[in-house]
This record gives sequence, structure tokens and C-alpha cells, in this order.
Amino acid sequence: MSTNKEAWGSRIGLILAMSGNAVGLGNFLRFPVQAVQNGGGAFIIPYLVCFLLMGIPLLFVEWSIGRYGGRFGHHTTPFTLEKMGGNKVWRYVGVFGIFSNIAIAAYYCYIESWTLSYTMHSALGSFKGLDQHGVADFFSNYLDLSTTTTGIPYEAVVFFLVCMFLNTWVLSRGIAGGVEKMAKIAMPLLVFFAIFLAIKAITLKAGHENAVNDGWAGLSFLWTPQFDSLTNPKVWLAAAGQIFFTLSLGQGSVQCFASYVKKKDDIALNAMSAGWMNEWVEVVLGASIIIPISIGYLGIDRVIELTNLGGLGLGFRTMPYLFQQWGPILAAMAGIAFFGLLFFAGITSSLAMGTPILSFMQDEFNWSRKNSALVFGGAVTALGLPTVFFFQKGVLDEYDYWAGTVSLVVFAMLEIILFSWIFGIKKGWKEITAGADIRIPGIYKFIIKWITPFILIIVFLGSMVRPVNDDWTKVSLRHWPLHKESIIGQLIHKDIGPNKAYFTDAFYAEFEGTVDSISSMNQKTILQVSSVDQTRSETYILGKKTEPAVKTGDQFQAGDTLYTGKVVNRILYTDLARLLLLSLFLFSSVLVYLAAVKRKKYADRHH
Amino acid sequence: MNTSAIIFMALAQTIITLITFSFLYRAMRAKKRPEPDSYADNDDDDDDEN
Repeated sequence: MSTNKEAWGSRIGLILAMSGNAVGLGNFLRFPVQAVQNGGGAFIIPYLVCFLLMGIPLLFVEWSIGRYGGRFGHHTTPFTLEKMGGNKVWRYVGVFGIFSNIAIAAYYCYIESWTLSYTMHSALGSFKGLDQHGVADFFSNYLDLSTTTTGIPYEAVVFFLVCMFLNTWVLSRGIAGGVEKMAKIAMPLLVFFAIFLAIKAITLKAGHENAVNDGWAGLSFLWTPQFDSLTNPKVWLAAAGQIFFTLSLGQGSVQCFASYVKKKDDIALNAMSAGWMNEWVEVVLGASIIIPISIGYLGIDRVIELTNLGGLGLGFRTMPYLFQQWGPILAAMAGIAFFGLLFFAGITSSLAMGTPILSFMQDEFNWSRKNSALVFGGAVTALGLPTVFFFQKGVLDEYDYWAGTVSLVVFAMLEIILFSWIFGIKKGWKEITAGADIRIPGIYKFIIKWITPFILIIVFLGSMVRPVNDDWTKVSLRHWPLHKESIIGQLIHKDIGPNKAYFTDAFYAEFEGTVDSISSMNQKTILQVSSVDQTRSETYILGKKTEPAVKTGDQFQAGDTLYTGKVVNRILYTDLARLLLLSLFLFSSVLVYLAAVKRKKYADRHH
Repeated sequence: MNTSAIIFMALAQTIITLITFSFLYRAMRAKKRPEPDSYADNDDDDDDEN
């Protein structure tokens, strides 16, 4: 029925594309921050344990689910899971493998476009002469669409559209001619850029090029083990989360790539090669760049503060300033290398998100590759534009939380339950080992059947009821204060605090803190505040019809009025983003339903 | 850099590097399967041989 005749060009191409799928911005920006926040060197213990007990088993499972589906002409999860589970319900569980890719690509491509823009700015020398605040403001201005850093109006939108065009064009070239070719160029370049930056980071010398610490001081800080952290469940959950996201599991893209492998060909060694390649990039290269460089210039205390605000802030608000300390030529080279490697890491991942969508349209509706690529490009652009226009309102965070975090855990948990308990581990093990070029230790049969599903159920339940401050020792059935980022906490808008109305006449402080600054830019007032413990900072851009109710340096309590006037609260955008995601899931389900009807008609005609 | 940090870093990075490149090496050296296989690049060559 399907006219899909795609194939991989070569085995190394498949391994590089699959590694490129896994290697993303998180390898360089998320992993080092997670390690710093969760026990330093000791973090590697839970991290590797989770890799062995959850990452590797899930890689085996997803590769074999993909290859199994490909045998029946299914290159995406809805009909593969239905075939494995023997029940229509699994078809709709498989919708996650379509939905997540579109929703994640929608915000991921926006971040990818920042890296493209910053590569250009590094080459043009846009950061030359800017102090640390200047570089941080440059990023704020870039995100605030009404301000331009290059003279191009709506610059962030333009770069997002360029990025979408690139993704769509590469996808339209097909698997071997587009995705694989890009991986063969991007992965070696990424490794080359990363090695250049890691050498520069490690050889930093205190007193030279304005550095205050040696590069080794950063590595020492990152790798010094705090063994007491190993008894903290938060550290284990963080390690499980990092392994999960770094390998692009629970997304449907691994299954899609593997579906183009024939039954007699190996998947076990391919899965190991691609999975370990990702680990190498993350632990060896990812750990040796941003932390050593930033500690080299800013010192440990300041870097701890910055890591509390996340890896993206460190990457875009701080790194361009630090590169400037190396002189104009090296700064340009380092900027191009750093943002270039992030761009390559990003595009190889976003192409992997597009492939299932193209495969679905080709398989189920006989659409041409080019038209299918346009569908992906159009859908992602439409869904991505709200993240561009309403970034400051938290739309991107909302997509990331529900599509890029919760959906992945839910889907991976359900697919491993299907694989191990319903399809059956006996048949499953045969699928994994068929054509294998390596002998997989038999213990993995037990791990896949019991340990991995158990870990995923724990991770899911843990995320549902994560307690405040991640302090599991102080909870009981009678008293269970939820973390604002727990699934239930998010559902009930625990992070919104007192600003629960969509439209109101005053905005109230969401935490206890201090007013850091009140400035004006382009006729808008910018109010910057931070919490007393320095773990949270917010920048509020006040509309024309609003006035600050505080002054710089004022202390405030949660619930105090920060500004008054015509206020549209963040909760409106949050709820609209959720509505969009829900609509996308329903729309994807309808498409899958229509495809099933089409399949049935086709089967009836041929019997 | 303190001793425990050096030990942790050296151990983790060495183990991961060795495992990664040994898997890659094995994948590159693995015996090719008879056609039709999953990879299109070698299809024409094989046709020529036949």
C-alpha cells in the first residue's frame, strides 16, 4: 500500500544519524549543569547506573520495535504498536510518537535558530566591546522581538523561519540524501569544534587572558565527588531524567530510523555504537567546555548562581562575553565553534523529529517526500511561532514540560510495558538478538522485563508527586507539599502563585525577593527581580498601560503588588499553550484514525 | 585539581571512550550481509559484480 521506498545509505551513516538524533543541545548545556547541581563527580555513578539499567534496555527495545514495524511497512509507532499489542488502544498510544516530534520540534527549532543567529553574530563580531551585562542584554533584546540586534526587523522570527526552511529542505532530500548526509557532515564537525573548545578550556591559565582560575579548577569543581548526594532520591531522579532525554528516548524517532533496517541486519551493535557515542560526546566533551571556561573567568560562586538559572542562560547570556577575553580572532573562532557545534547538535536532532512525520505521511497517505516535508515544516512553523512571539510568557517552557518531558516518560513507560509484558519478553528478546553482531548478556532479558519498567514507573510516579524542595524525607500521606514542577503541581498551576486571573489590574509577586532594577527600553519598562535565596530571577516587561508599584532595591513578600494597570497574566498563555498541545494530540489521533480507515478499505478491496 | 576528582574524571572518561570506540570499531569491521541488505550505497556495486 505504501510507496515509501526510503533506505539508509550505509551503516556508518545510520550510526551517525542515530548519534546525531541523540546528541543535542543538552549534551553541552544540560549535562554539566545537572552534574554540578547533583553531586559533582559522584553524579556519574547514578548516571551510568541509569544508562545501564534504563538507557541501554530502552535503546534495544526502541530499535527492535522500529525494525519489527518496518517489516510490515510501518515506519512510525501507531501501527507498529497496534501490531505488537494486538489491540487498537495501542494505536493511539503510538500517537505519542507523532505528536511529541511535532511539538518538540516546534520549540527546539526556535532554540536551534538562536544558535544559528549567534554563530553569525560571533563571526560578525557583534559581541566585541560588550561587558557582561551588555552580552546578557543582547540576548534579552534578541528575544524581545521589537528590538533588533542587526537591523533586521523581527530578527528572531527571521532566523526561526530560516531554520525551518533548512530543516524542511534537508528532510525533503530523503533519509539517505538528506538526514544521513547532514549527519555525516555535522557529527565530525561537531566533534572537531568541541575538541578545540575543550582544549582551550582545559589550558586556561589564571592570570592570562583575564582568567581568575585555571581551567583545571572548573574540572575539579565539576568532578569532585560528593558521596553523600548518592543517598538523595533527587539525584537519582535527575540522573534518570538526564539519561532519558540525552538518548532521545520515548519520542518515536529511534523507532522510525530503525524501521528502515531489515530483519537480518544488526540492530544490537548499532544501538550500542550510537548510544555510547552520545555518552562520549556528553561526558568527555560536554563536561569539558562551559563549566571550566565559566569558572575560569567568573569563579565558583558566580557559576553556581548561574547554573541555578539553567544551561541555556549560561550558554547564551555568558559564554559570548567570556570568549571576548581571548582577543577578537580567537573570540570569533570560539563563538563560531561553540554556537556552530550547538547548531549541528540541534539540527541533527530536529531532523530526527521530522523523519517520523514524513514517514507517516508517505506510509499512510502516499504523499510524496517533498509534500510530506512541507507538511512537517508548515505544522512546526505554525506551532512554533507562539513560542517565538510569547517566549517571555512561558509558552516554550510549557511545550518543553508537557511534550518534551512528560509525554516522553509516559510513552516510554507504556512502550516497555507493551514490549516486555504484552508482546512478551520471549518474542521481544528474539527481536533484539536477531541478526546481532554482538552477544548481548542474558541478564538484559531480566532487566528489560522487570528492572527498566519498574524504573520508568518510579520515574513517572516520582514526577507526578515530586515534593517541594525535592525533600522526600519530609513527606507523609497526610502532609505532601508538591513541587511546582511536579505533574500535579503543574496541572493545578502551583507555580503561578497569586496571579491566577487571565486579565486583572495588578500583578503580585510570586516569591519573596528584591527588585534588582527598573529600566526602560523602547518605551517599555523592564522590571528585574530575584528571590532572596538567588535561585529564581524574573524579568517583567511592562505594557504601556502599566506602572511599577515598587522601586529599585525594594524588598517584597510573595503576594505584594509589583505593578498595576492593565495586566494580562502568564496563566492565559500557559493555558492557551496547553490547549494547542491538546489540539495537536487530538488532530494527530484523527489522522491516525483516518489512516486506519484507509488501511481497512485497502485490505477489504484486496480480499 | 584534587585526587578524587582526577580519579573520577579519568576513570569515567577512559571507560566511556574505550567502550565507545570499541563498539564503533566492531560495527565498522563487522562482516557484511548478503544483498539485499538495509544499506543502499553498496547496491550498485553488487549489481555490477553480478
